[in-house]
Amino acid sequence: MIELTINGELVSLDIEPDTPLLWAVREQMNLTGSKFGCGVAQCGACTMHLDGRPIRSCVMPIASAAGRSITTIEGLGGHNGELHAVQKAWIEQQVPQCGYCQSGQIMSAAALLQETPAPSDAEIDAAMSGNICRCGMYGRIKKAIKSASDASTDDVMLDNAEQGG
Amino acid sequence: MGKWTRRAFLLGGALSGGGLVLAVAVRPGHRTPRLAKLVQGENEVLVNAWVKLLPNNEIKVIVPHVEMGQGAHTAMAMMLAEELDADWSKVSVEEAPAHEEYATYDIARDFVYPAQVPGFVDDTIKGAFLEISQIMDLQITGGSYSVRATGVRSMRVAGAAVRELLINAAADVWGVAASEVRTEDSFLFHDGSGKKAAYIEFAQQAAKEKGSNTPTLKSESEFKIMGRRDIQRLDIPAKVTGEAQFGIDVALPGMKVATVRAAPVFGATVESVDSQAVQKLDAVHRVLNLGDAVAVVAEGYWQAKKALAQLEIVFSKTDNDSLSSVEITQGFKQDLDKAVEDGQEIEDFSEGDVSLAFGASTKIIEAEYSVPFLAHATMEPMNCTALFRDGLLEVWTGTQNPLGVRNSLAKEFSIDANNVIVNNQYLGGGFGRRADIDYSLQAAKIAIELPDTPIKLIWSREEDTQHDHYRQAMVSRFKGGFDSNGAVVAWDNQFHEKHEPVEAPYIPYDIPNQSIHYTNSATHVPFGPWRSVDHSVHAFFTESFIDELAHAAGEDGYHFRRGLLGREKRMISVLDTAAKMANWNEALPAGWGRGIAIHRSFNTIVAQVVEVNMTGSSLRVEKVFCAADAGYAVSPDGFKAQMESGIVFGLTAALFGEITIKSGAVVQSNFHDYPMIRMKDSPLIEVEIINSGEALGGGGEPGTPPIAPAVTNAIFAASGTRVRALPIKI
Repeated sequence: MIELTINGELVSLDIEPDTPLLWAVREQMNLTGSKFGCGVAQCGACTMHLDGRPIRSCVMPIASAAGRSITTIEGLGGHNGELHAVQKAWIEQQVPQCGYCQSGQIMSAAALLQETPAPSDAEIDAAMSGNICRCGMYGRIKKAIKSASDASTDDVMLDNAEQGG
Repeated sequence: MGKWTRRAFLLGGALSGGGLVLAVAVRPGHRTPRLAKLVQGENEVLVNAWVKLLPNNEIKVIVPHVEMGQGAHTAMAMMLAEELDADWSKVSVEEAPAHEEYATYDIARDFVYPAQVPGFVDDTIKGAFLEISQIMDLQITGGSYSVRATGVRSMRVAGAAVRELLINAAADVWGVAASEVRTEDSFLFHDGSGKKAAYIEFAQQAAKEKGSNTPTLKSESEFKIMGRRDIQRLDIPAKVTGEAQFGIDVALPGMKVATVRAAPVFGATVESVDSQAVQKLDAVHRVLNLGDAVAVVAEGYWQAKKALAQLEIVFSKTDNDSLSSVEITQGFKQDLDKAVEDGQEIEDFSEGDVSLAFGASTKIIEAEYSVPFLAHATMEPMNCTALFRDGLLEVWTGTQNPLGVRNSLAKEFSIDANNVIVNNQYLGGGFGRRADIDYSLQAAKIAIELPDTPIKLIWSREEDTQHDHYRQAMVSRFKGGFDSNGAVVAWDNQFHEKHEPVEAPYIPYDIPNQSIHYTNSATHVPFGPWRSVDHSVHAFFTESFIDELAHAAGEDGYHFRRGLLGREKRMISVLDTAAKMANWNEALPAGWGRGIAIHRSFNTIVAQVVEVNMTGSSLRVEKVFCAADAGYAVSPDGFKAQMESGIVFGLTAALFGEITIKSGAVVQSNFHDYPMIRMKDSPLIEVEIINSGEALGGGGEPGTPPIAPAVTNAIFAASGTRVRALPIKI
């Protein structure tokens, strides 16, 4: 049995330890928002957060995630169903086309903004170039990240103001 | 595209062409009661084939096209809702079932018989094309046809017809003249008496009538929904939360997962498979020899994939086992030479007299171009879930041709089509790949071997890359002649392999003597339609060679083209717009270059100006300015997104795309050796839409063809190097 936390919930899985995290999540947990694209960490469609950092779950054995905390696209928004700022920006900028890569793109973008709340173009390029969008929506992804980064800054300022007050 | 070939269309057209259409066609009659059995849910009222009204006055638009990111679901709904005067906030979409009643007959009609017909024969023509489409299993999303065919001929007409029926029903009950009843936001009003009713109140009454085939449509100035930039795609919210269901996400109780390894060389078969090593594994359910592939069925994908890797499979030998890309290309060139020698060519287009014109030319320019095979590389690898139980075959997949899948499965496995159910899902990319049905057949074959167990077949990325249906590799040869005044007087183009659309190699330029001719040069590599099909190759060829002629004439690419577009006012306007967007006459920094290309495809004209930067260690495509005239952009932001997408798709091919053959098999296997454009390589793209008011063109494909020549023309401008083979290797 392998125990780990997925989207805030402690789960134990009876599973072969070399099974990639992606397939454990998709097939055992029935969380299908994270996608299979390449199986070799080349496309980013399977991106999840492991203790807050983005990882390619198609090449991470489930055993390596034991005792750690995983967030998938299903767990990115608030508990009340509210969308994450990145998801809101994705709708506002009308980013997805086929949509298949977008869970991974959003998870990479959310991790970037967590680490770097106001990223430069170069920082966005660096953080996002592991995620392929075959529909080619890179321009919109970049715009959405910038728009969410403004929103994040506002949130941060608001939080600070509240704490200060 | 399966059976959707030009030949099939022409055959369909020939069989029913001219007066015969009227003679054999059955008028479709009032189809709604029949259709209601297929699509009308509890409490829903199907008013006509494409519209359902719900008790809370919500509207469901039935769309016979699939959603693969091109935005067809939303654009179709906008067109219908516009004419229906619907409250857009209460409109949703339901995809039509894979059933012959929902065959996409407007596409067949637009293809064979694009003209408008008098109203009184419209119904008969519709009936004829419904029949033809059913015979051809045509329920296709492709050819950039959804908006311009189904949208124009079915969605708008249906919306307007239902609105008329609702008005008539209300007028009848209210005892007022229909002309006094007005509609707004899904409500009916009679201002004189102050009466007001929701559409749903008169839905039952309206559904009894067939409605007009030629209702009055709105003019552009009356549009409230079509053409609005702020309307958001209906499928996007589910695509940011992970809730959108793609084929690969289907889950059924007791489901097992299969994966396959097909014979690496196309045409080879499985001679033997040694599965001893895996048969004893708990997680492995079955190993199946499918003839041309071996499948492992297991508890999950990972177990199936691991077991597959342990199998010892021997594939049969074929005549192509030693074939490589170099030999295939040599074969093309030999066939081109031989066709000329033997006089075995097919004339594609001819005007004037090229031999005479070349004889009198004072300057002749010749060039040979080539492009490689390309895979589609949809982000979602091919997959299909199938269940065979009690003689009923049910599949869940993402396909561009649901009816084609249903009827092909019925035929292949000798099952009555009524016992085959296709549940289409969102497509994680299509680009033509999902118009083929190979993966559905494979999944069904496995499911029939293992009845009562749902089987989800998932191809690995490697399998997906190496068993695609590929954009053809091609060689194209050109000769251009100038007269003593420096005018281009002759254009000769020879190529091999012609698919569709027929006009792909034709040029818009005023060159008085033209000869376009081709031969066939078969390979064992399976062909499939790839975003814009023949346009993706010919636009690179013709728009590069015209640039060579411009250089030979001592003119820049923009002004040279402009001078040759005398008869094409629309194209001039698109070309001018792109040039203006790019500030064509302004100098660029040293080491930068600007290139232009224009191409008409799927009835949409697109011009692109590209700026490249060659000052660094590698080529950078910095900016793309794109002007596009599709007549009218129904969903402007969606259309813009399609241009952006088409550009990146074509740029990926121009910069990286190359499938090579070695020992008869595809060499590339995954994104490490079949790379895609990523964020860091992605240019800035600006799109300007021109609403010329001409007949509508498509959106999904026309953005792709001009980008490769615009880039290579820019490289020439920057460096003097003419790129004649893709991908660009600089």
